Amino acid sequence: MLLVGGYALAFYWAPEDADQGFSQKIFYLHVPIALTAYACFGWGAWKALRLLWTGDRRYDLESYTAVHMGVIFGLLTLVTGSIWAKISWGEWWTWGERQLVLFLILFLFYSSYFMLRYSTEAGPRRERNSAVYALFGVVLIPVSFLAVRIAGTILHPTVFTHEGANLPWQMLVCFLICLGGMLALAATLYRVELAGKRASVSLRELRELLA
Amino acid sequence: MTGYLAAVAALAHKDLRLELRARDTLPAMLLFVLATLVVFHFALPADVGDDPAYGLLWVALVFTSLLGLARAWVPEREAGALDGLVLAPTDRSAIWLGKTIGVAFFLVLAEVVALPAFALFFHPLSWELVAAVALADVGIAAIGTLLAAIAAASRARELLLPLLFLPLAIPVVIGGVGASIAANPGTFLAFLGLYDAVFAILSWASFEYVVTE
Repeated sequence: MLLVGGYALAFYWAPEDADQGFSQKIFYLHVPIALTAYACFGWGAWKALRLLWTGDRRYDLESYTAVHMGVIFGLLTLVTGSIWAKISWGEWWTWGERQLVLFLILFLFYSSYFMLRYSTEAGPRRERNSAVYALFGVVLIPVSFLAVRIAGTILHPTVFTHEGANLPWQMLVCFLICLGGMLALAATLYRVELAGKRASVSLRELRELLA
Repeated sequence: MTGYLAAVAALAHKDLRLELRARDTLPAMLLFVLATLVVFHFALPADVGDDPAYGLLWVALVFTSLLGLARAWVPEREAGALDGLVLAPTDRSAIWLGKTIGVAFFLVLAEVVALPAFALFFHPLSWELVAAVALADVGIAAIGTLLAAIAAASRARELLLPLLFLPLAIPVVIGGVGASIAANPGTFLAFLGLYDAVFAILSWASFEYVVTE
């Protein structure tokens, strides 16, 4: 049901923003994806905190899945941001665009999260270490934001501004619908992925029991 | 509280004494940072200004700290002492704090050599640079000690630590380079202080979960 809702809203984009300029169209794709990635990272850190707090092991998979989704959406943010940068400024990559730099840092960080998971033996130790690292990530987001911001004002004097600061209300409504659709899509993917991961874990446990 | 501080002091003292006897980490860090500065001299074109040298100094410091951090938990691991420390009747964050003080001390010693060398090779020191390095040491030691403990629990060990550490070190480099070259170093020094406070508290609070079996 959520899946249908998410896709229905997602397909809603095309007619809604047909009356805006072409290069700005990606705004409805890029910004919701970026915000959704933040939401996924925050959700993963919340689950990680719950894991450390309660010691309940089921939060490990939930946190992992949320971070997994966050990385996918973060990568999409980098790609759509690059395309937008190419269209608006003629460059695929510009260090002056703070949000993109921030996402690059976060992408590196969470890729390391995967390295950590893959190179540690499964068990309570890995669950807790991953949870601690996921918590570091959610603290790194505002810290890096601040760092990139102060670096951007001084090291890179030319600062590009988003045109999305004051939207007319039609664009705002459309943007909010897109954001809702993207969040619903992420929630759906999260559930599907979580179900898949849980199934494979219980399958492995069954195999070990049979073996 | 006095028991906690006594445990921290004992652990830091143990690390320093171990290093004094074995001398396997600190000489390596000193040589590494000097060699890196010399390599950077040849890596920079002759006609660039002073600013790139500051950036390279920060890169050298971060990598030197990685060298020290990779060795941070090796004595405990080889002697199997971490289990004993975890079982000791004190708060487990004392282990982290003791180790952090030891790591920070090594870093400061390495920089006591590295900064004059930088002044000799590249550019005279400013008080902003020294203050930024001191602030960065706190943050690097605090986070690095915790991440080194996480990496030590994995199969990849020394390979994993730089991967875990470098994304978190990016704000340190931004703050440090900014404090060295920007017109308003106060902003960047304040940022480094904020970074230290946030991540030191987080590391202090979460260390217990990393070492508990």
